[in-house]
Amino acid sequence: MWHRLGLAFASLVLAAGCNGPSASENPIQVAADTKTATDAKGGERKSPPPDYGDTRIEASIGNVSGLIPNLTSDSASHEVGNFMYNGLVTLGRNLEIVPELAKSWEFSKDCLTLDFTLNEGVRWHDGKPFSAADVVFTFETTMDSKTPSPYKSDFQDVDKVEARGPNQVRVTYKRPYAKALQSWALAMLPRHLLEQWVRDGKLREAPQNWTAPVGTGPYRFKEMKSGDKVVVVANQDYFKGPPRMARIVYRIIPSQATIFLELKAKSVDVASLTALQYQRQTEYPAFEKAYNKFRYPGTGYTYLGFNLKDPRFADRRVRRAFAHAINKQELLEGVVLGLGREATGPFRPGTWAENPDVKGLPYDPKRAVALLAEAGWKERNGDGLLMKDGVPFTFELLTNQGNDERKKVAEIIQAKLREVGVGVDIRILEWAALLKEHIKKRQFQAIILGWGTGPDPDQYVVWHSSQMGPDQLNHISYANPDVDALLEAGRSSCVQADRVRYYRRLHQALADDQPLVFLYWRDSLPVVASRIHGILPGPAGISWNFTDWFVPKQLQRYTSG
Amino acid sequence: MLAYVVRRLFLAVPLLLGITFVSFLVIHLAPGDPVQSLAGGDMTMTHDPKQYRQLVELYGLDKPLHVQYWNWLNRLARLDFGRSFGPNARPVLSMIAERLPITLLLNIVEMLIIVAAAVPIGALSATRQYSTFDKVTTVFVFIGFATPEFWLALLLMILFGVQLGWLPISGLRSMNWEYLSFWQQQADFLSHVTLPIVVATFGGLAGFSRYMRQSMLEVVRQDYIQSARAKGLAERVVIGKHALRNAMLPIVTILGLSLPTLIGGSVIVESIFAIPGMGQLMVQAAFERDYPVLMGNLVIVSSITLLANLAADVAYGLVDPRIRVGRRRR
Repeated sequence: MWHRLGLAFASLVLAAGCNGPSASENPIQVAADTKTATDAKGGERKSPPPDYGDTRIEASIGNVSGLIPNLTSDSASHEVGNFMYNGLVTLGRNLEIVPELAKSWEFSKDCLTLDFTLNEGVRWHDGKPFSAADVVFTFETTMDSKTPSPYKSDFQDVDKVEARGPNQVRVTYKRPYAKALQSWALAMLPRHLLEQWVRDGKLREAPQNWTAPVGTGPYRFKEMKSGDKVVVVANQDYFKGPPRMARIVYRIIPSQATIFLELKAKSVDVASLTALQYQRQTEYPAFEKAYNKFRYPGTGYTYLGFNLKDPRFADRRVRRAFAHAINKQELLEGVVLGLGREATGPFRPGTWAENPDVKGLPYDPKRAVALLAEAGWKERNGDGLLMKDGVPFTFELLTNQGNDERKKVAEIIQAKLREVGVGVDIRILEWAALLKEHIKKRQFQAIILGWGTGPDPDQYVVWHSSQMGPDQLNHISYANPDVDALLEAGRSSCVQADRVRYYRRLHQALADDQPLVFLYWRDSLPVVASRIHGILPGPAGISWNFTDWFVPKQLQRYTSG
Repeated sequence: MLAYVVRRLFLAVPLLLGITFVSFLVIHLAPGDPVQSLAGGDMTMTHDPKQYRQLVELYGLDKPLHVQYWNWLNRLARLDFGRSFGPNARPVLSMIAERLPITLLLNIVEMLIIVAAAVPIGALSATRQYSTFDKVTTVFVFIGFATPEFWLALLLMILFGVQLGWLPISGLRSMNWEYLSFWQQQADFLSHVTLPIVVATFGGLAGFSRYMRQSMLEVVRQDYIQSARAKGLAERVVIGKHALRNAMLPIVTILGLSLPTLIGGSVIVESIFAIPGMGQLMVQAAFERDYPVLMGNLVIVSSITLLANLAADVAYGLVDPRIRVGRRRR
């Protein structure tokens, strides 16, 4: 159990989306496998008229750490936060930015001013009207030095936020910032309840953060049992009309095995499966009748990273040789039972930043050997290892403890590289030690880790040559002037068409250069009880339209609730 | 007796101080800190070093360790256990208070069942050494020792929860709990705690019945048992009165030492049955490096350990007249 918890924690740290407020609703993209796609269509096309009522029970491994989403970074807290709060904007089915509390918005030509027009007649759960003053307050709260919010970096380029009338907000930026619009998916907070707490620097201690949250969202807070469950009920006064389902119970079940048994006993309606459960343990009629299974690429990819300060890996031919030597399809089969897809770059498959023309480097051991020979690794020693200047090619591959998947990846890569004459020693370290002693101090040769990605493709902090400092994230020490230029261009434009161009070129550049070997995107594998209709899976996953999910009257199960 | 108790209590204070100091040191020396996840996560793209330093200052983590310890101790002296470092900043005491009852309840019930079952089982298998009963319980005990709790839990959940549908699988209450009548609610709660109690009892029973058997075996070989039999006392009286009381002594010690675990909770049982108890709270706090919660729990558990030791010493006197007499003479 320690292991399991360790894993859950490590994956939270590693794979937490890069864009807070929407991190929980951004599992990305692209159709389900054929069978589930038809299942989903069954729910979508021939569905009976939407009825109100019924309860759905969602299961989460992670604990809810707070009820003001602007203070939390874990996915459970954000899922619950999404029930109760709204942002000015949100993400639609295809991860496009759609209006929420803001009716519309407009950028100035120079991308420096962003004007929001808010919806009228929106009320907080306590009946007070929502207005532009709350938007200004939410911004100031997030940036307040005494508020420990993980989302400050989203707003560091904001010069000022002003209310221009009750329904008009103007945001002025110091420099163009591409994520500007998306950052306003931040949950809006009620000024009339929280102002004093923020002023005292005690926002975390406000009752709204634990026992009495007040938002504008589709569900109102009903009850919270710490470490056990959160219950929310439909907000009849919701500005977009009340949600279909009357109640959501969000249960915290720390063991994946227990969640699975609860699913088998049909006492949980929404949960995620592991690859093994999805592929081998739920393929029986009773389960498939009771649940619809979904599948779409998740938000994170796994990679083989190099310390580019090491002269061997600084040579692009060596990195490309490694990419050719690793059979990604086999890796996918071996590690996640094929429930994932090959990664060709750092952008989520199916999103607008992804360049569909980029093809990954194919599995081709001969080409790998040729490339290594070109780079000077020609002779072989007695063990069959490649040599250069009398030194055999061996390196140490680090990854973190408690993540079985990465361990398997390391072992498969070890075997594959051995076939082309490169020796790999695997070392598995405790997460905190790996980070502190090796990654931060740049004391490593190669690593297997993952990156979580948000809905916006800006990855300046990972790839830009200015980000190599000890606490910064370009820990592979990658420097490429072309990539730098594209990153800068991409993050400082608010013109979508231009950004598409920049990021597609960036994708190509990274795929050519292989600063690290992009391995695979693992799929998200949620299941939802089949009595729940109205689910439209899309690039944004399934939960983007959760307010429209409904259960036809005759199938409703928790009617007394 | 009273003076003795007071003296022991007095001596416990420096001991407690020592325990907290060492724990404080060890907890803070572990790599990682509570601010990492708040600053957007160490390895996530929102990580911002400037903000990280701001938070470190906000939590007072930039001060030297001895200053931090002194501040903590100062607050503790005023019974202020502080607030969690997590996003909800809740008072440590109320976090513990809401988790403690369920853990205590489960563990006390378990302990009662274990003692109630282990004493007769142990005594019987000792007095009938190498009988069929003894052999059967020995096998049972080894199975109990060898069975991992999480595995047993899953098997029982599959059988009673999924296949037969007699008992709920996890949690403490059904989803329709608030619509049940009072007695239905009690029955619902009972059905939820049945499996966790069975699982936790299984392993503990094995150990305790062995201790009891061993202790009983030693006692029945003593001369005074021989003479009790020689006096013509009924076997029931010899074993039930003379032997059992003496054989209980080591059990009292072990029971006393088990008291802190009543509060600690079982991480495995709580996690697998999704019971929000102390074990889960502590594991979570350890992963998140939530120092105030960890320290608060440590203070409480170590205080109770010290008190339990004292209680065990006092209980010896009640069970064993020799100890009482010995003290009175001094």
